Amino acid sequence: MDLYEYQGKQLFGEYGVPVSVGLLALTPEEARSAAEELGGPAVVKAQVLTGGRGKAGGIKLAASPDEAEARARDILGLDIRGHVVERLWIEKASDIAKEYYLSVTFDRDEKKPLFMLTTEGGVDIEEVAERSPDAIARLHVDPLMGFQPFHARWLCFRGGVTDPGEQKQVAAIIAKLYDTFVATEAMLCEINPLIVTPGGEVRALDSKVTIDDNALYRHPRLAELRDTAVGDPQERLAREKGLAYVKLDGDIGILGNGAGLVMSTLDVVAQAGGRPANFCDIGGGAQADVVVGALEVITADPVRAILVNIFGGITRGGEVAKGLLEALAPMQIDVPVVVRIDGTEAEEGRRLLVDAAPENVHVEHTMLSAAQRVVGLAA
Amino acid sequence: MAIIVDKGTRLLVQGITGREGAFHTLRNKAYGTEVVAGVTPGKGGESVDGIPVFGSVRDAVAETAANTAMVFVPARFAADAIYEAVDGGIETVIAITEGIPAHDMLRVYNYIRPRGVTMVGPNCPGVLSPGKANVGIIPAEIFSPGPVGLVSRSGTLTYQIGNELTRLGIGQSSIVGIGGDPVVGSSFVDVLAKFEADPETKYVIMVGEIGGNEEEKAAAFIAEHMTKPVVGYIAGVTAPPGKTMGHAGAIISGSSGTAAAKKEALEANGVRVGQSPTEAAEILAELVRGG
Repeated sequence: MDLYEYQGKQLFGEYGVPVSVGLLALTPEEARSAAEELGGPAVVKAQVLTGGRGKAGGIKLAASPDEAEARARDILGLDIRGHVVERLWIEKASDIAKEYYLSVTFDRDEKKPLFMLTTEGGVDIEEVAERSPDAIARLHVDPLMGFQPFHARWLCFRGGVTDPGEQKQVAAIIAKLYDTFVATEAMLCEINPLIVTPGGEVRALDSKVTIDDNALYRHPRLAELRDTAVGDPQERLAREKGLAYVKLDGDIGILGNGAGLVMSTLDVVAQAGGRPANFCDIGGGAQADVVVGALEVITADPVRAILVNIFGGITRGGEVAKGLLEALAPMQIDVPVVVRIDGTEAEEGRRLLVDAAPENVHVEHTMLSAAQRVVGLAA
Repeated sequence: MAIIVDKGTRLLVQGITGREGAFHTLRNKAYGTEVVAGVTPGKGGESVDGIPVFGSVRDAVAETAANTAMVFVPARFAADAIYEAVDGGIETVIAITEGIPAHDMLRVYNYIRPRGVTMVGPNCPGVLSPGKANVGIIPAEIFSPGPVGLVSRSGTLTYQIGNELTRLGIGQSSIVGIGGDPVVGSSFVDVLAKFEADPETKYVIMVGEIGGNEEEKAAAFIAEHMTKPVVGYIAGVTAPPGKTMGHAGAIISGSSGTAAAKKEALEANGVRVGQSPTEAAEILAELVRGG
């Protein structure tokens, strides 16, 4: 689960990472009163779960409450890489002398938390890594040893933070960022930029936090943030129904059992010249209610055809077919549905479907033939 | 031979009294796997279809000489169960449980690795050595004994490819589902090394997907250390960046972890990669017939 900038900053604040003061605004009027309350120049920042906000015009300086209201009017409703801006973070403007970068990520490669610190902050870290890899101090923390002060000393030294006053503050921030990372079971805690003010004060000007979905049961307060998040309504519906669902931009609905199989199905449909509308994994077995839920989510999109790709493993083909028939019966699906059943007792499953399924249901034997069929029917 | 599980496997099931645990334990037993014990705290003294249940792994190992644990306990208790298995002297842990928090697995991984324990999973279908032992939820009837080692991050995709191979008349030495989580006990490289050392395995088919860089590491390992031919397949060519595709580990972060990069890395190291599961199976069949 990704957090919005302001949610991440509130979290940082709770764990002692210094952040700028700010207020949430959902309307231009709220932006005005937020700017009034903060006093002085403010920054109006679009809250969207994607990068590149600045370039897209999602971050503007406002000298007065009037300007804050006007800028808010510009930014609200803006489409930034497919994310419509619905909330704003109004923050007291900061004077910036230097921009650093600090993050701790869950490094899958080494299976350890990885710190990265560079004094060349304010730009995309992948850019820095490409341009001047030596400028980034990288250090793994053994999760069994836990964070130690030497980690921070080494990062500051190697990262080129030379001013003693800055070193002290950055070291403290590194320690607190690790606390945040462990306590919230994050996959990523990133501060870019970590600014130094002309007065020598260090604080986080931005935040990027990703929390492990599998750990949310231990963090009910964080889990609530997701429930209130403005997300894609279909993705939310799918989550409520316990489905793994991702919306895509094509017109062929896809559902199957098993993440790898569904991913593979998308690829095979694309190879056949089609454009998948979604990824939808119904998981193991083929209970009728899960299939009904999945079809409801999929048909909420304007799909031109649907491909159901089921591999019967422990669940036998006949049972899968019965589940599908039970699911399809009460539903009004006008578009063609191609069903491919393979695996254990697939013959029986296919026979059941051919005998009893409605006319718009077509049965195929292999993934390739099913993909070609559904692409043809969607054309 | 075969790898990880075989006739020498003495299986202990943690979470044997749960619905899923009991169901799959009995299937594994019916297949011929030597299931010697179950462990459920508080249920010591009971039995499941004649399999004695113990309250702790230590007791179970002392009584039954179990050497392999299958973990079926719910995600929130799974890390504890794995630690208990390792602490109890178990050499091989196969964790089926899905949804274990990543930070739990980070600590588990770093704890067990230096202790020489073989761990497969979590969030995996298990390991099947056809004709010898089945530990996990892999439907054994799709597979048959033969020369091909199969290693995969996905369950149903493994069955899909196994099914294609069987249809082409090609059997398997072992089928290893390494799991779809960001941190798993055995990587592709770990399993490839075992296949390379296994005299029964003559060919390997490796099924990857988006996310992480274990396929890239496998490609380098294959070039340097494998004498046996390896065929690949990578799912997720059309997956968008930043979205978790069902498996917690299947996510393209920034520009890393794409299917294209993985395919390229494999091909650059001499691994033929199929465009679909069917094509991967056909390439392998070609090698088997040609060799």
